[in-house]
Amino acid sequence: MDLYEHQARELFEGHGIVVPRAEVTDSPKEAREIARRLGGRVVVKAQVKTGGRGKAGGVKLAADPAAAELTARQILGMDIKGHTVGTVMLAQPVDIDREFYVSYVLDRAVGRFLAIASAEGGMDIEEVAAGRPDAVARVHIDPAEGVTSAKAAEVTEAAGLPPQTVDVLVRLWQVLVREDALLVEVNPLVRTRQGQLLALDGKVTLDDNASFRQARRDEVAAEHGDPLEAAAAARGLTYVKLDGEVGIIGNGAGLVMSTLDVVAGCGARPANFLDIGGGASAQVMADGLSVILSDPAVKSVLVNVFGGITACDAVAEGIVRALDTVRLTKPLVVRLDGNNAARGRAILDGHRHPLVEQVTTMDGAARRAAHLATAV
Amino acid sequence: MAIYLTKESKVLVQGMTGGEGMKHTRRMLAAGTNIVGGVNPRKAGRTVDFDERAVPVFGSVADGMQSTGADVTVVFVPPAFAGAAVTEAADAGIGLAVVITEGIPVHDSVAFTTYAKARGTQVVGPNCPGLISPGQSNAGIIPADITKPGRIGLVSKSGTLTYQLMYELRDIGFSTCVGIGGDPVVGTSHIDCLAAFQDDPDTDLVVLIGEIGGDAEERAATYVRDHVSKPVVGYIAGFTAPEGRTMGHAGAIVSGSSGTAQAKKAALEAAGVRVGSTPTETAQLVLDLLGNRA
Repeated sequence: MDLYEHQARELFEGHGIVVPRAEVTDSPKEAREIARRLGGRVVVKAQVKTGGRGKAGGVKLAADPAAAELTARQILGMDIKGHTVGTVMLAQPVDIDREFYVSYVLDRAVGRFLAIASAEGGMDIEEVAAGRPDAVARVHIDPAEGVTSAKAAEVTEAAGLPPQTVDVLVRLWQVLVREDALLVEVNPLVRTRQGQLLALDGKVTLDDNASFRQARRDEVAAEHGDPLEAAAAARGLTYVKLDGEVGIIGNGAGLVMSTLDVVAGCGARPANFLDIGGGASAQVMADGLSVILSDPAVKSVLVNVFGGITACDAVAEGIVRALDTVRLTKPLVVRLDGNNAARGRAILDGHRHPLVEQVTTMDGAARRAAHLATAV
Repeated sequence: MAIYLTKESKVLVQGMTGGEGMKHTRRMLAAGTNIVGGVNPRKAGRTVDFDERAVPVFGSVADGMQSTGADVTVVFVPPAFAGAAVTEAADAGIGLAVVITEGIPVHDSVAFTTYAKARGTQVVGPNCPGLISPGQSNAGIIPADITKPGRIGLVSKSGTLTYQLMYELRDIGFSTCVGIGGDPVVGTSHIDCLAAFQDDPDTDLVVLIGEIGGDAEERAATYVRDHVSKPVVGYIAGFTAPEGRTMGHAGAIVSGSSGTAQAKKAALEAAGVRVGSTPTETAQLVLDLLGNRA
């Protein structure tokens, strides 16, 4: 799960990394009050989980509380790369002397975390790395040792950062480990003209697998996403909304992604990703179908299941159960193979719903669902 | 001969007495796996009766290895305790640890894969369906009745796509199918499996299934170009996945320009790997290649 900037800022502050004074609001009137509390002059920053918000006009300086209210009004509701701005953060401006970059990211190839640091922060680190690879230091971290002061000093020396950044690197590692994060990035880490180090902006991605041992995850997640996705998550399903017209349900992330591709290859656009997971029960199938049918953009639905642990008869019973509770108004194409496939197919045949049809191959079922969605 | 797992393998099950452990131990036994014991410190000394035999429960992996000569462990321990289970198995010096458990915190996976590697224990997974050498042994949750023994090797991040390809090619059969797992950090890579299949006299062709995220497939492509003389057929899932969104697996995430399905397909094709656009077409490429060789 990616965090908003203001959530990342709170985590940094909680682990002793200095951040600018700032507050968050969704109301222009309150923005004026906050600006007054922060001394009048503030930076108004759109809270969206995407890059490039500065260029999109989502970050603006306001000279006084009245200007802060006006600017907040402009930015709230703005669309930045498909993300609607719901909140703004107002922060005290900082007198910048130099900008640095520091992060810890997972290096999948090696299976360890990697410290990345550069004395050239503030801009896109990938551009710096591409243009001048020497300007970016990369140091792998041994999971058993973590980042000690000595390790942090090795990183700062390699990157040409001032010695006072050692403490930030050690604390940032504590954020990564104690919060179970997969990415922590401070960009820019600034040195003010007064010589103070501040984390001006940051990104944090938390590991969803670690939610069971992180107490505050529910409130962090509450500030999250699309209502259909939230409804699916509440039922234990993995659902991602896309902008097409063929609703898709399958079992296993790989097979569902493959199903999206095959549908796209047939000239239609998938409306969603929905993985009912391994060993799915009838109830899970019924829940998944009702989530998809509540999306008005969906014109046809494709269920593609290969039963490994999942039993196809349970999937078929789930479909039948869903048809009892949700009124089916769109054609439903079902492909069942693998574990108990014959029994599953017989259950659906026996149900004889006029909008349900079965196709025995994955490619054939995708073609049929794509045809039903695009032929008006 | 197959890779990693043969009929000679002696298999322990950590977490055998839990719900998932019981269910899959029964299935593994039915598939012919030589399961020599379970591990549970609180139930040491008991035996668990399955349909075909009574399986002893040991208090530790070390005890189990000492009593039975086990060289493989399959881990069904819940996420919070899985890291400790693998660490214990590595300390005992087991050769192969197959970690089925889904939802292990990534920091734990980083720690135990690093630890196990330093002690010479190969980890497959976590969050994987395990591996099967059809007709010989099955370590994990891959259904044993999809296909028969044969001469194709298969390596994949995704469980259900593995099953789909096994099903498409069920009449040809497989030497070993390895589900390496979809998490961002896994103990065994595509490259490890490619190297093992290249050296396996019973494997004629390798099917490599990948998906968006990371650069494991790109690195595998380079490895194929430089080190694999056997034919390799690829399939990549995730061409239509939107950028920056996780889809199911922690591993299946696209961010920025690297890690896209298109980049992976291009890299594999540049290395001489034929890549199918659907699972069915991928299977057809395999049939064509084997037909040409016959």
